[in-house]
Amino acid sequence: MTPVVLYLAQRLTALILAPLVIAHLVLILIAVEGGLTAAEILNRTQGSVGWGLFYGLFVAAAAVHAPIGLRNVIHEHTRWTGRSLDGAMLVLAVLLAGLGARAVLAVVGTP
Amino acid sequence: MTTATDSEGGTLAVEIWRGKDAGQFETYTVPQRANQTVLDVVTWIQRHAEPALAYRFACRVGVCGSCAMTVNGKPRWTCRTHVSKVAGEGALRIEPLRNLPRLKDLAVDMTPFFEKWQRAQGRFTPTRTRNDPLTTVSPQSAGRKAADAGIECINCAVCYSACDVVGWDDGYLGPAALNRAWTLVNDERDGDRAGVLKAASSGGGCHSCHTHGSCVEHCPVGINPTAGIAGLKRWSIVELLGGKLP
Repeated sequence: MTPVVLYLAQRLTALILAPLVIAHLVLILIAVEGGLTAAEILNRTQGSVGWGLFYGLFVAAAAVHAPIGLRNVIHEHTRWTGRSLDGAMLVLAVLLAGLGARAVLAVVGTP
Repeated sequence: MTTATDSEGGTLAVEIWRGKDAGQFETYTVPQRANQTVLDVVTWIQRHAEPALAYRFACRVGVCGSCAMTVNGKPRWTCRTHVSKVAGEGALRIEPLRNLPRLKDLAVDMTPFFEKWQRAQGRFTPTRTRNDPLTTVSPQSAGRKAADAGIECINCAVCYSACDVVGWDDGYLGPAALNRAWTLVNDERDGDRAGVLKAASSGGGCHSCHTHGSCVEHCPVGINPTAGIAGLKRWSIVELLGGKLP
């Protein structure tokens, strides 16, 4: 992918992530302050298409956003560059997407 | 250490880098004079204390961009930098520019700097011959205004030296080359503006800029390369979405 495509992908995913991160943090506060148990939270999320879409989008955006940024940091601060770095970041993207999808399924999937 | 003997007033303690990558600072005592520039100080040392001192200058009036050095930790055009503004308590530390290969003492090799201008296609592509009439360009057009804002670059490499991203990434084109590219993509007379944008958007191009603004802070002629680079980023996205940029 060309630098402009990566640049655009990272900015677009940042735009998506910003409100999602804030909503996620607010949700944590509400859940903790409200004294919700894990079972009560799962009762609200399991089978919910809305929460599935919310966290599915979160995971997809993070899986794109993080490897692009990390690639830039590694490229600028170490000697590692080129195809091997691109490959490693692709693996990281797949890993983030996979682990994230697993977490989303665990929260919204029905037992 | 050399001591000045023709001082009219006070003296300056001037540390100057001697050598290439391996070297050391040598301290010289230089007579302090009214309206003295840093280049005056370096020239005094070369003429009176250290004839073998290597440094570069030409016009002495802020036009040629030859005399940039690192003065008390900041890149500056030394011919237009008054000692009174930077010397603090009468002390100066003068080093070669950062981010460029050192040749000797205060002289650096500018080759990578100018090679990157070429990589960014920072050269005008003509569309007419000398026999054609001149193109009429409105000074009020948005493109011309944008080009005019960056056109007075004197190629001094102060911005290149100030840029942290250049320090991190050898491949980054740097503020000056990208600023030149920005003036060209806004120049309606240029025959290959798409080519300039493509070159400026390739690896190590405008998208590598972190918008730190060090180039803006240090540019001696008041150019804002960061704004031009942001313009290149915006333009590249428009062209990408329009299918004109891969």
